[in-house]
Amino acid sequence: MSSADTIRRPFRWHILVFLAPAILVYTAFMIVPLAGTLQFSLFRSIDRVQTFVGLDNFRTLFGDPRWSAGFWNALWNNCWFFIVHMLVQNPVGILLAALLSSPKLRFAALYRTAIFIPTILSFVIVGFVWKLILSPLWGIAPWLMSSVGLRGWFAPWLGKEEHALTALSLISVWQFVGIPMMLIYAALLSIPDEVIEAAECDGITGMAQFWKIKLPLILPSIGIISILTFVGNFNAFDLIYTAQGALAGPNFSTDILGTFLYRAFFGFQLQLGDPNMGATIATMMFFIILAGVCVYLFAIQTRLRRYQF
Amino acid sequence: MKTKLITGLLAGSSLLGFAGMALAQDKTITIESWRNDDLAIWQEKLIPAFEAKNPGIKVVFAPSAPTEYNAALNAKLDAGSAGDLITCRPFDASLELYNKGQLADLTSLPGMENFSSVAKSAWQTDDGAATFCVPMASVIHGFIYNKDAFDALGIAVPATEDEFFAALEKIKADGTYIPLAMGTKDLWEAATMGYQNIGPNYWKGEEGRIALIKGEQKLTDPAWVEPYATLAKWKPYLGDGFEAQTYPDSQNLFTLGRAAIYPAGSWEISGFNTQAQFKMGAFAPPVKQAGDTCYISDHTDIAIGLNAKSPNADAAKTFLSWVASPEFAEIYANALPGFFSLSSTPVKMQDPLAQEFVSWRDKCKSTIRSTYQILSRGTPNLENETWVESANVINGTDTPDAAGKKLQDGLDAWYKPAK
Repeated sequence: MSSADTIRRPFRWHILVFLAPAILVYTAFMIVPLAGTLQFSLFRSIDRVQTFVGLDNFRTLFGDPRWSAGFWNALWNNCWFFIVHMLVQNPVGILLAALLSSPKLRFAALYRTAIFIPTILSFVIVGFVWKLILSPLWGIAPWLMSSVGLRGWFAPWLGKEEHALTALSLISVWQFVGIPMMLIYAALLSIPDEVIEAAECDGITGMAQFWKIKLPLILPSIGIISILTFVGNFNAFDLIYTAQGALAGPNFSTDILGTFLYRAFFGFQLQLGDPNMGATIATMMFFIILAGVCVYLFAIQTRLRRYQF
Repeated sequence: MKTKLITGLLAGSSLLGFAGMALAQDKTITIESWRNDDLAIWQEKLIPAFEAKNPGIKVVFAPSAPTEYNAALNAKLDAGSAGDLITCRPFDASLELYNKGQLADLTSLPGMENFSSVAKSAWQTDDGAATFCVPMASVIHGFIYNKDAFDALGIAVPATEDEFFAALEKIKADGTYIPLAMGTKDLWEAATMGYQNIGPNYWKGEEGRIALIKGEQKLTDPAWVEPYATLAKWKPYLGDGFEAQTYPDSQNLFTLGRAAIYPAGSWEISGFNTQAQFKMGAFAPPVKQAGDTCYISDHTDIAIGLNAKSPNADAAKTFLSWVASPEFAEIYANALPGFFSLSSTPVKMQDPLAQEFVSWRDKCKSTIRSTYQILSRGTPNLENETWVESANVINGTDTPDAAGKKLQDGLDAWYKPAK
C-alpha cells in the first residue's frame, strides 16, 4: 500500500473535543425535541394513555374534511404570505441596497440604520403599532390619506377578509426588508473595483452595469435570502398572533401554519389542546420546509455560478 | 400584578407563620385562586368577617396568576400539596378535577339550597346528580347606554326590538354619536356581547339551551338563526371601520362619550365607573313584542370547591357554607360590582348600574351562554366557531342561514346527543 499508511498520524482527538460542545448542545436542544415531535405525531391519547396509532393522525389531518380544510387554507395563506415577501421584500431590499451602495448617496449610514431598525423590534411592538396606525378610529393612516384626498381609498384593512393577509404580509415586509438589504449591500461592496472598472472600460455603465455585472455576482446572495425568507415565512406565527389573535380572523383568512399549529396544540378558550394533532401539524411543517430547502440546495444552488476573484 | 403577587405571598406566609405560632390549636385553611386582583378584598373584608364568626378557623387566601392557575393547580393537586379550598373554573376544567377524584362532592353541603339549578349547572356532573363547587358569582349581559346622549336626543330606554332599532336610527340621523360601540376584529365581542347577549330572548333561555344539548333543537332552527339576522341589522349602526375595531377600541369609544350604546357584560361596570365622565344607564336585551317574557344571559363564572384530600375538611366545609350564605354574597357583590352573587336571596348593592343589571333577574329568566356546557368539548369547538360566524354575519360575509348551517354541521361532526 502507499507510504501514507506506514507513517500513520495519531488520531486527531482535538477535532472531536472542539466539535463536542456544538454537537451536544445541538442534539439536546434541536435533534431530541425534533425526534420527540415526530414520535408524538404517531401517538394518540386514548383514555389518558398515549397509544401508538401509526399514521392515523395524518389520516385525520388529510382525511377529515374539517382538519384538511383548515390545513389547506393555512398552507395556501402561508404560500401567499411567502409570495408577497418574494415579490415585495426581496426586490425592494435589492433596490435599497443598490441605492445605498451608490457612492453619490449622502447620509447612507443614516438610511441604512433607519431601514434596518424595524428588524430588531419585537413582533409584539410591530403588531401593536401597526394595529394603531391602521386603526380606523385613532390611526394616523386614515388621517394621512385624507390629507392627500385619498380618504375614500382607506378601508379597515386588518378587518377585511380579502385584505387582511396582504396587509399583514406587507407589515412583515416593512419589518424585515432590512435583512435582504444588508446582505445584498455586503455582497455589492465585495465586488472588486477592477471588475467594475473593466466594465466601464467596455462602456457598460449605469443600469446596464447593474443588470449585466452586479446582479450575476450577487445571485448567490439572493438565493440565500430566498431560502431564509422561505424558512422564516413557513415558521411565522408571532405577527399574526399579536395582530389578529389565535383565531387568525376574520374568518380564518389570516390563518397560517403557525397559528393553525398553535390552536391545535395548546387549544384556545374552551377548546382543549390536542398535543398529538399539534405534533402532526408540526411534522407536516417540518417536511414542507425540508422539501423547500432540498429543492433549493439540489436544484438551485448547484446551478448557481460562483466567481472567484 | 407581580408586586401584588409578592405582597400576597408575603402576607400569606406571615399570616401562616403567625397562626402557627400563636394559635397552634387553630385550624388553618388555604384557598387556591386565580383572582389575585381580589387579594385585598379577601384579606380586608371577607376573611375578617368569617373569622369573627368562626373563632378557631384561620383562612389564608393564596392566589396565583390567572394564566398559570390551571397548570399550577393541577400540578399541586397531583403532588398533594394543594390548598384545602379550590376556586373552580366553570364547566369542563372543574368537571375533570371532580372526575379525577380531586374535588369533593358537595351536593349535601348546608347552604347549597340557596342556589338555583341554573346557578349550579356549571359545577355539576352532566346528569346534575352531583355538585362539586359552591357558586360564587356570575356576569350578566345587557346594554349600557350614555344617559346624557339619550336625554339630549329625547330617546326613551328601549324595551322592544322595534324601539331599539328606532333609537339606533335616531342616534344615527342626529350624527353626534356612533349608535353602537362594537367591533368585529376580536371576534369574541360579536359572539359574547352580540349573539349570547340578545340570543336568549329568541331561544327562550334554558328551554332552548337544554333542547340543543338534548338534540331536540338544531342551530339551523329559527330560534337560533334569528338572533344572527338581528345582529346583521346592527351593521349600519356600528362605527366606521368596525371590522378593524378591537375590544379596547369599543370600550374607549363608549367611555370617551363618542358612542351612545355599548353591548356589555356586567364586568365592565367598575371600569366604566372610573373612566366615563357622563351618566350611564343599562337596559336588558330588548324583547320582540311588548309583554314577551324576557331572558337574560346570567353567566356563571366563578365558584369554590373542596380539595378531596384536605386534612381540614370540616373547617373547610364550615367556610363553604358561609360562602353560600347571604352575608358573603353581600360583601362580595359590593366589593366587586358587576360580579353578581348567584344566591337566590336578593343582595343589596350600592352601585346603581349593578343594581339595574341585577334587577333583571326578577323580571326575566336567567340562562347561561349556550355554547359552554358540553357543546364545546369536541373539535371543531362550537364556542370558537360561534365567534367566527358571529363576526362573519355582522361583516356581511355570511348570511344568518349559512352561519347556522356551518355551526350545526360542525357540531354534528362530533356531538351525538343522548337519546
